[in-house]
Amino acid sequence: MTTTARPTPLRAVLRLGLHRGVLELTAFRRERDAVVFTVAMPAVILILLGALFDGVYPGSDVTSAQYLAPSMIAAGVASTTFINLGTGIAADRDDGTLRRLRGLPMPPAAYVVGKTLMALVVSVGEAVLLIAVGVLAFDLSLPADPARWLTLGWVFLLGGTACALLGIAVSALARSARSAAAVLNLPYLVLAFVSGVFFTPVAALPEPLRTLGALFPLKWMAQGFRSAFLPDTILPQEVVPSWEHGRTALVLVAWCIGGLLLCLTTFRWQGRRNR
Amino acid sequence: MTDTPAVRVRGLRRTYGDRVALAGIDLDVTCGEVLALLGPNGAGKTTTVEILAGLRARDDGEVRVLGEDPARAGLTWRSRVGVVTQGAADLAELTVGEAVRHFAHYHPDPRDPGEVLDLVGLADRARARIRTLSGGQRRRLDVALGVLGRPRLLFLDEPTTGFDPQARRQFWALIRALAAERHTTILLTTHYLDEVEALADRVVVVAAGRVVAEGDPATLGGRATARSTVRWTGGQRDTDNPAALVADLTRRYGGTVPGLSVTRPSLEDAYLELIGAPS
Repeated sequence: MTTTARPTPLRAVLRLGLHRGVLELTAFRRERDAVVFTVAMPAVILILLGALFDGVYPGSDVTSAQYLAPSMIAAGVASTTFINLGTGIAADRDDGTLRRLRGLPMPPAAYVVGKTLMALVVSVGEAVLLIAVGVLAFDLSLPADPARWLTLGWVFLLGGTACALLGIAVSALARSARSAAAVLNLPYLVLAFVSGVFFTPVAALPEPLRTLGALFPLKWMAQGFRSAFLPDTILPQEVVPSWEHGRTALVLVAWCIGGLLLCLTTFRWQGRRNR
Repeated sequence: MTDTPAVRVRGLRRTYGDRVALAGIDLDVTCGEVLALLGPNGAGKTTTVEILAGLRARDDGEVRVLGEDPARAGLTWRSRVGVVTQGAADLAELTVGEAVRHFAHYHPDPRDPGEVLDLVGLADRARARIRTLSGGQRRRLDVALGVLGRPRLLFLDEPTTGFDPQARRQFWALIRALAAERHTTILLTTHYLDEVEALADRVVVVAAGRVVAEGDPATLGGRATARSTVRWTGGQRDTDNPAALVADLTRRYGGTVPGLSVTRPSLEDAYLELIGAPS
């Protein structure tokens, strides 16, 4: 009937994904209370814990608060990706967003692309805020050379994407938008503890918890951010005295791929009560 | 194109747990017609529409919508079908204009967003946040989004539930305009009888997951030829010839018949009879 050429599927995914990302950001920005509390929560935790922890690690000039700050950036990025998307998608399922999209000529992947783009942009804002708090309140130094900035960049992209995809995957666990925040906060808090974010330094964690933490992306993202911000003199406080960049990249890429597969297998257009 | 039906359904079944929602529905919709699916709450109207629109899986039965099985149809098929579902509360923080412009991107050959807003009468609300719209305006926005892609077949699930009478009449005018303008085939569900009389070329009555009647709204349940009921203080009788009975009664009472009334079954009576409800 129509003579309009259909764009190739991948182009359609990226084109519509970009449009959706812009729309999601516009809607997110306008829910001002959600913006303020989503973004402020990790900053408040950083200020509180940073003020409580004291002391300097032996063999270095790094304070406890400075050690905490890069880990909290990782936890902040996990919060603005994993929790933000998990609860956002549960809300989309409840308010009819997903049903509307299901009825449109849209490749489903465009929805995932849009959500991930939105989460990454919000995460950049979150990271900038936490870095500012770290620098202003706890004398955190910015990454010392271009190589460390580069580390910050790739760890952010891989870690943020992995957590975003995991958030999309686990959104299926929540039965409704109202229960989603509770459902997502439990794994988030447990992961933040076993990844050595709230409990510093990471090497002081009991072995079984450390092993558990090492299975998930948050531990590696936190370690990667520490490698970007902290001097190598802090390495004795790590589990192994190395930043393990190769292994970090490997684990995060594996979680990006695994997260995408999980999304594709667990994603549901409709709520459980409604199938 | 006109000889292929827009919708052909045979033996459609669907259960939720152990509750039977659809117990074998047959349905045909010809191209260009406005068909109303009429029934009480829980009759299976929404389930039917959602299966036909490809939003829900079926348990059994044969379904063809615009020549394809909606459970397997691709994006090209979706661009030919418009859906307006019930109870959408999404997009709250966006403006009307933003939403219409955004959703135009999904379609291969969309209508002009401004033109669609004119069509549904929301042009003056283009800058309003969607959460500030009234129920009727919100529903008209849903229709605007449903027709953006120039669908050949439009599903409307209980489009006027909760409207005040004036909003309902405005909405009817919109649906008539859509049906006339591009010969869009429309399948709408409703539990309002006046809506069926105002809009539908044909009506299919469903109750408890089955089709209980279908036909022209004017003759539904044989009401055009049904017997009249004559009531008076002394009794009541059904008759084919009420005038003769009234004349007879007048003679018997020697003048005015106390409490006299003559009624033919209304569409409502016919409908309540069909769905087995006490009238």
